[in-house]
Amino acid sequence: MAVTFYEQQAANRRNSLLLVVLVGLLLGALGFAIGYATSGYVEGAFLLTGMAIVFATVLSVGSYFAGDSLVLSASGARPVTQASHPQVMNVVQEMAIAANVPLPRVYLIDDSAPNAFATGRDPGHASIAVTSGLLEKLDREELQGVIGHELSHVRNLDIRFALLVAVLVGSIALLSDMFLRGFLRVGFGGRGGGRKGGAGILILIMLVLAVVLAIVAPIFARLVQLAVSRQREYLADTSSVELTRNPSGLERALAKIAGDREVLEVANRATQHLYFVNPIKKFEARASGLMATHPPIVDRINRLRTLRGAPPLSGPEGLGLAAVD
Amino acid sequence: MTTPTIIVLVVVAVIVVGAILIYNGLVQRRLRIDEAWAQIQVQLKRRHDLIPNLVNAVKGYMEFEQDVLTRVTEARAGAVAAGAQGPAQAAQAEGFLTQALRSLFAVVENYPELKANQNVLELQEQLTTTENQIGFSRQHYNATVLDYNQTIATFPSLLLAGPLGFTRRDFFEAEPEAAEVPVVALR
Repeated sequence: MAVTFYEQQAANRRNSLLLVVLVGLLLGALGFAIGYATSGYVEGAFLLTGMAIVFATVLSVGSYFAGDSLVLSASGARPVTQASHPQVMNVVQEMAIAANVPLPRVYLIDDSAPNAFATGRDPGHASIAVTSGLLEKLDREELQGVIGHELSHVRNLDIRFALLVAVLVGSIALLSDMFLRGFLRVGFGGRGGGRKGGAGILILIMLVLAVVLAIVAPIFARLVQLAVSRQREYLADTSSVELTRNPSGLERALAKIAGDREVLEVANRATQHLYFVNPIKKFEARASGLMATHPPIVDRINRLRTLRGAPPLSGPEGLGLAAVD
Repeated sequence: MTTPTIIVLVVVAVIVVGAILIYNGLVQRRLRIDEAWAQIQVQLKRRHDLIPNLVNAVKGYMEFEQDVLTRVTEARAGAVAAGAQGPAQAAQAEGFLTQALRSLFAVVENYPELKANQNVLELQEQLTTTENQIGFSRQHYNATVLDYNQTIATFPSLLLAGPLGFTRRDFFEAEPEAAEVPVVALR
């Protein structure tokens, strides 16, 4: 693979900063538009802009330092010890040595759907969560492949960017939603008015702008989430094989998980991109086919097969996996 | 001061600063090797401590395969002794121990009571993880040794390494013949 993990780390540092700045600008612009539209004065607009930027800063700093605990507790994850789950702790330790990162904290989510995710701000503050279904359904080598994948996300600093995306993008979607609802309810009533002429037109323009921003912001945010998510899944798969030196473990894990029909209850739109495989399945109501955060499992398996010189899956086997994914 | 004096002083200063930087780089690389080696030794010790427990756990069941157990015990003793002799010898002895353990685990497969024994299963898991950890630590250790050996063999550190006693370090690697897996005769 042409991308080394140093380059990936650098890209993630850069993208994290870029994301924070972009979200700050977006919230600022949104604040300006809403402020002007509702007050009708530039002073009001700047006041709200300032508030939006302060809010974005607090949000970014907060998610950088506390986002992992937030994501973990939202997923119902509880810490695991060497005494209670020796095998998964051993495998995590092995992979931590292979990836040359400190031992992350390990959490368990009580859910029979096999899945896993990693979160945190850097390798020194990282956590890995696995579902009880993953431990039950995978053998040791397969588990090693999955943990190798998650620790690659840790080492590549994918976790930092993904965490910021989870919290910031989630917040933007929430805010726009609140504004849109509020606007629809209040906007058309009430303010008739004394003001006239040019100011009225400006207010109208700002109003339109506010609505457009509120609609565009979550879409833009989703697109960022998508663009970053797929490519790094392939990279983490490749790095996992590099770490375990065993392409078949991860491949078998992917095939096994693809064939599983269980649904992970605790995942939602804000956290789905963190997981090992997309926890939201096609047949569910909360799924959206157009905007998948993960590449299809068949593609991931085929890339791994290419690595070890095996022909890609085809025929009923490949189609079967493609259908369930 | 005349111009030539200044030039000489500048050149001397550059050489002294360069030498200090090179020396610090060498010391740092050597420390990294020691650190990586210490990590491997912790894992090797853990492995050596686990083996007597395993032998005791399976001894009662395996009346007809005492030679397999004897081989494991002897290989363990050899590995413990080789630990103090440096990476190359240790790697060789550990290679023998790995082979002996493999044949023991192959034999365990023939005993249904042993395969279901919780204690044996736990010990097997502990030994598997220790062996994997040693494997992954070895990669890291060998990379640090390669980096160090390359540094002391190339210009300009080459000039300082010899006089200051920076010598080549051994890789933690089994000899080619020790890496070959022996054929285990199974019933």
